[in-house]
Amino acid sequence: MADVISPQPSRETDRSAERLKRIRDGLSSRHAREKRFRAYGLAAIGAALAFVAILFVMILSKGLPAFTQATMTLDVFFDPAIIKVEPKPVPQQGQSPAEFRRATLDWERQVTMVNWNRVVETAIKNAAPDMEVDTRQALSIVETNERFLLRDRFVADPGLLGKTIPVDMLGSANADNWLKGNIDRSLPDAQQQLSAPARALADKLLEEGKMRFAFASHIFTNVDSRSAPASAGLAGAFVGSLYMMLVVIVLAVPIGVASAVYLEEFAPKNRLTDLIEVNINNLAAVPSIVFGLLGAAVFINYFRLPLSAPLVGGLVLTLMTLPTIIIATRSALRAVPPSLRQAALGLGASRTQTVFHHVLPVTFPGILTATIIGVAQALGETAPLLLIGMNAFVAAVPATPLDQSTALPVQIYLWQGNENRNFFEARTSAAIIVLLGLMITLNAIAIFLRTRLERRS
Amino acid sequence: MNSAIVAVLLLVLMGLAYQIGWSRSHGVAPTGGRLHSRPNYHGALTAIWALVPALLVFGLWALFGDTASRAFIISNLPPEVSSLGGQELEGAIRRIRQIASGFGVVGETQPYENLAGQALREFQTFSFALVIAAAAGLGALALFAARRRIAPQLRARNEVERVVFFLLLACSAVAILTTVGIVASLLTEAIRFFTFVSPVDFFFGTVWNPRFSSVGAGSGEYGLLPLLWGTLMVATIAMLVALPIGLMTAIYLSQYAPAKVRNTVKPVVEILAGIPTIVYGFFALVTVGPFLAGIGQSLGLQIRATSAMTAGIVMGIMIIPFISSLSDDILRQVPRAMRDGSLGLGATQSETIKRVILPAALPGIVGAFLLAVSRAIGETMIVVLAAGNSPYLRLNLGEAVSTVTVTIVNQLTGDTDFASPQSLVAFALGLTLFAMTLVLNVVALYIVRRYREQYE
Repeated sequence: MADVISPQPSRETDRSAERLKRIRDGLSSRHAREKRFRAYGLAAIGAALAFVAILFVMILSKGLPAFTQATMTLDVFFDPAIIKVEPKPVPQQGQSPAEFRRATLDWERQVTMVNWNRVVETAIKNAAPDMEVDTRQALSIVETNERFLLRDRFVADPGLLGKTIPVDMLGSANADNWLKGNIDRSLPDAQQQLSAPARALADKLLEEGKMRFAFASHIFTNVDSRSAPASAGLAGAFVGSLYMMLVVIVLAVPIGVASAVYLEEFAPKNRLTDLIEVNINNLAAVPSIVFGLLGAAVFINYFRLPLSAPLVGGLVLTLMTLPTIIIATRSALRAVPPSLRQAALGLGASRTQTVFHHVLPVTFPGILTATIIGVAQALGETAPLLLIGMNAFVAAVPATPLDQSTALPVQIYLWQGNENRNFFEARTSAAIIVLLGLMITLNAIAIFLRTRLERRS
Repeated sequence: MNSAIVAVLLLVLMGLAYQIGWSRSHGVAPTGGRLHSRPNYHGALTAIWALVPALLVFGLWALFGDTASRAFIISNLPPEVSSLGGQELEGAIRRIRQIASGFGVVGETQPYENLAGQALREFQTFSFALVIAAAAGLGALALFAARRRIAPQLRARNEVERVVFFLLLACSAVAILTTVGIVASLLTEAIRFFTFVSPVDFFFGTVWNPRFSSVGAGSGEYGLLPLLWGTLMVATIAMLVALPIGLMTAIYLSQYAPAKVRNTVKPVVEILAGIPTIVYGFFALVTVGPFLAGIGQSLGLQIRATSAMTAGIVMGIMIIPFISSLSDDILRQVPRAMRDGSLGLGATQSETIKRVILPAALPGIVGAFLLAVSRAIGETMIVVLAAGNSPYLRLNLGEAVSTVTVTIVNQLTGDTDFASPQSLVAFALGLTLFAMTLVLNVVALYIVRRYREQYE
C-alpha cells in the first residue's frame, strides 16, 4: 500500500516492504506448521482408531476359531463283554422306596466300575482299523469326560447294552490344537503334546470325515472344568454374572435415582449437600480395587457373608456403580427445562408431585441410559471380585446368589492363566467375545430404547 | 420358605392397608365437601403406618434372632458341653443346628444332641410363629390406629411426602456411608498391620519381600517404595502414550473435523473406554508384550514380554478416550469470541489453538490429566497380567515391575486370614492408594470446577 501512495523509494517504504517480505516468508513456514499440526491431529486419531481395530482384530481372530472344536462321530458298541452288569433294578412288590433306591444306587455303582475307557478305546480303534495305536495314544485324542457321558447315557437307557450307536465325542484339547495348527506342526516329537501315532490318528480321522470341526455349544452350556479342558464352558460364570447384575439393578438403580432426585430437586444448598456432592464425585474416581478391599473387610470379615458369593460381589459392584448412576441421573434431571417444574408448581402441585409426576417421567430415557452404563461397568469389572474370593474354581452353576460362583471377567482371568496356553488362549478370547458381545448388546438396547422413548415424548 | 412367608405377609398387609385407607377416606368425605388429600394418599399413609411396626419386628428378629437361638441351644446342652469354650462349643452348636434343620450330621449323634436338636426345632417353629404373629398383630393395630385418624382435614399428602423426603435423604446418605466405610475399614485394618510392622519400615522401606504366612508372623520385609516406584513408572509411560494422542484427538475433533467425521470418530474412540480392563490385560499379555519383545530383540535390547513398558503402553491406550473426551468438553467450553478474535487478527488455526485456546483451557486440561493419572495409579487388571510382578527398585523399562494394586491382589487372593501381616498389608497398601487418588481427585475436581465457573 505504501508503494501506491509514494512511488519514490524511501526508508519508510523500504521498511514496510521488508516487513511484508518477512511476513510473506514467515507465512509459508507458518502454513507448514499449520499443516504439521493438522497432521499430528490426524495421526493421533489414526493411532486411536488403529488401536481399536488391532484390539478387535486380535480378539476376533484368536477367539472365533474357538467356537468350533474338533468333534468326532464314533460308532460306539456297548459291548456286554466289557459292561458286565446286572439288569437295572425295577421296583418290586413289597419293596420299600428306600430299598429300591439302595438297589438302584448299587447298580449305578456297578456301572461306574465298568471300564468305560475300553468302550471309548474300542470305538476309536474301530474307526481307524488300520492304524497302529496303543490305549494311551487312542484315548489321548478324545476328551476325558466322554467316558462319563457314555456312562450317563447307559444309566439313562440300559437297553443300549449290546447295541451300536453313533455318538458325538469331543476331541481333547491337545487334538484340537494339533488339528487347528495352534501348535507348530513341525516341532519335534519331544515338544509335541500328542505322540506321533496319536497325531497321525487324529489327522486320519479328520481326513475321513469322522472328525470334524463342529460348533462348540458347550461353551455356553457347560461349567468350567479342569480335568476336561476341551469341555469347559461359561455357564457357571454367566449365571454368576447374571445374579450380580440383578443385585446391582435391584439395589443401585433405586438408590442411585433416589439420591440423584434428592440432590437435584430437594437438597437445600448447604455444607452437608456440598459434602455429599464432593463425596460422590470423589467416589466415582476411587479405584475399583479399593471397593474390593471394602467388600473383603466389611462384607466378608465383619458381616461374615460367604466367600465367592454373587450376592457379595453384587453388593460391592453396587457401591462401585452407585456414583456413576447418580451422576448420570443428575445430568438427566438437570436437562429438564425449569418451565416444566414451574408449570406444575403453578397449578398447585406439591414439590414431590412435581418431581414424581412430571420431572421423573420425562427423564426416563436418561435414567435408562444411566442404568445401562452402570450395569455395563459392573459387568466388566474384575479386580474387586478377586478380593472377595470370586476367583475360586467352581464347577457348578450357582443355584442361588449365596452359592459359590465366579463371574465372566473373572473366568477370563482364570482361563488366561491356564497352563495349556495353546488351547486356552483361544478359549479366553472366545470368552472375551461373549463378554464384549453382552456389553454391546446392552448398549444397543439402551440406544434403541432411548431413541424410541425420546421420539414418543 | 420363611422369607417367602415374610414377604407375603408384608405384601398382604400393605395391600390391605392401602385398600382400607383408600375406602375409608372415601367414606369420611363429606357429601359435596372435599378431602384435604386425595384418597390414594390416605391409602399410602395407612400402608406406611401398617408396615413400619411389622418391619421393626422383623428387623429386631434379624438382629437378635441368632443370639436368642444360640442362648437356647446352650441352655439345652449338658453342663460339661456348654462349659466348653471357643471352637468346641461352636462345633457343638453347629451340629445341633444341622440336626434341627433335618440335613443330619456326620458321625454318630449323642442322645443329648438329638434332644437338643428336637428342642431347637420346636423353638424355631415357635419363635417364627411368634414373630409372624407379633408382626401381623402390631401391623394390624397400627393399621386401625391409622384408619381412625382418617378425617377430611387430615393432611395425608404432606405426611406421605415427608416420608418420601426422608427416604430420598437416606438414599443419598449411602454415598457418604460408603466413603466412611472405606476409610474406616482401611484404617482399622491398616492400624492392625502397623502393630506388626512399624509405619517407618513400611513407608520408607526399600525391600519388598513378604514371606509366606506359614513361615511365621511378622517375618518378611514390607517396604512400600519399590511398589510405589513401579506404580509411578507404569503410570508415567501410560500418560506419555495417552496425553499426546488423547489431547491431539480432542483438538482435531473439536477444532478441525467436520461434524460428520466427528460424529463417527468420537463414538469409535469411546469404544475403548467401554472395554473391560481384563480385556486390555489379555491384549497386553498376548499381543503387545511379544510384539515389544520382538522389537527389542531386533534392536538388541532386552525387553521382557511382561514389563513396565507393556503394561504402561496398554494402560495408555485405555486412558486415551478418557483424556480425549474430557479435553474435548473443556476445549468446547472456551468462548467462541476468543477464538474468532485470534483468527480475525490473522493467526492461523494452529496458532489460535496453541496460543489462545490451549492456554485458556489449560486449567481444565490439567484437571483432566490429574484424573487420568489417578485412573492409571488405581488400574489393576492390566498390571496384574502384563507387568510381571517383580518388586525391585530399578529404572529399566524393559524389566518386570510390581505395583501397589498388583500387590494388593497378590496378598489378598485366596487367603482370608485377617490376622497375618501378609494379608493385612493389603489394607495398608489400599490406604496409600486411596490417599493418593483422593488427593489427585480432589485437586482435579477443584480445578475443573473453578474452570467451569470461569466461563459459565
